[in-house]
Amino acid sequence: MTVSQVVFILLSIAALGGALGVVFARNLFRSALALVLSFVGVAGFYVLLEAELLAMIQILVYVGAIAILIIFAIMLSRRLMSSETLPWNEQWVGAVIVAVVLFAALVFVLIRVDWPTAEAQVPPDAISLLGQSLVSPDFYVLPFEVASVLLLVALVGAVIIAREQ
Amino acid sequence: MDVPLSWYLLVAAALFCIGLAGALSRRNAIAVLMSVELMLNSVNINLLAFWRHVEVVKATLSGQAFAIIVITVAAAEAAVGLALAIALYRNRRTVDVEDVDLMKL
Repeated sequence: MTVSQVVFILLSIAALGGALGVVFARNLFRSALALVLSFVGVAGFYVLLEAELLAMIQILVYVGAIAILIIFAIMLSRRLMSSETLPWNEQWVGAVIVAVVLFAALVFVLIRVDWPTAEAQVPPDAISLLGQSLVSPDFYVLPFEVASVLLLVALVGAVIIAREQ
Repeated sequence: MDVPLSWYLLVAAALFCIGLAGALSRRNAIAVLMSVELMLNSVNINLLAFWRHVEVVKATLSGQAFAIIVITVAAAEAAVGLALAIALYRNRRTVDVEDVDLMKL
């Protein structure tokens, strides 16, 4: 077993353990902290996959922005953190069954399919190529512009929805 | 390259299913939102794993570009979703999704 395989297993434990913590923690604040752990594990996967820029974006956007935003929202509605009611609704048995069946189906598919993998190096100037393809009319300039409009709309919409009347 | 593609797919599938279970079973709207973020993360792992291991898509960096778009949409979704949760809490004093049934017949 090589070093990167050991690192992969440790990262999977972090990512999946964090995810289980999100779903099964009774305290919502602990859920948010487990979510941070899971995001950091996923960022480690990106480093293993040689997508270093994406790993940095994952840390900055998910851990630095989204997780902090979620913690803010939990604090602003904190009366619910110590509620006596169960944090799961009555259909949780069905939800777990659906998730397990879906997981079994996905595993069944992915061990049967022979994926066309290839040994090839990532280009050394991958980050500048990515930047160019995001603004190149031949590649992704349209999704890039749509994403920027979406961010603007979400910004204005979030301000209007959360504003005091 | 010594971590096989199927390992990534396996972990991403597990992450997606955990997120799905959470999104279907949690009462708190913010917890549902966190579970949806987990599902989006597992999709990103898949995109980048296929990008890294499948030759055809590597030259154009399409996997990374897709993942950036997914992260953008996730950020917008989190901002609007949490604004909704805060507005809900302010008006109804609850973020329990079972108490919010105004539009149910």
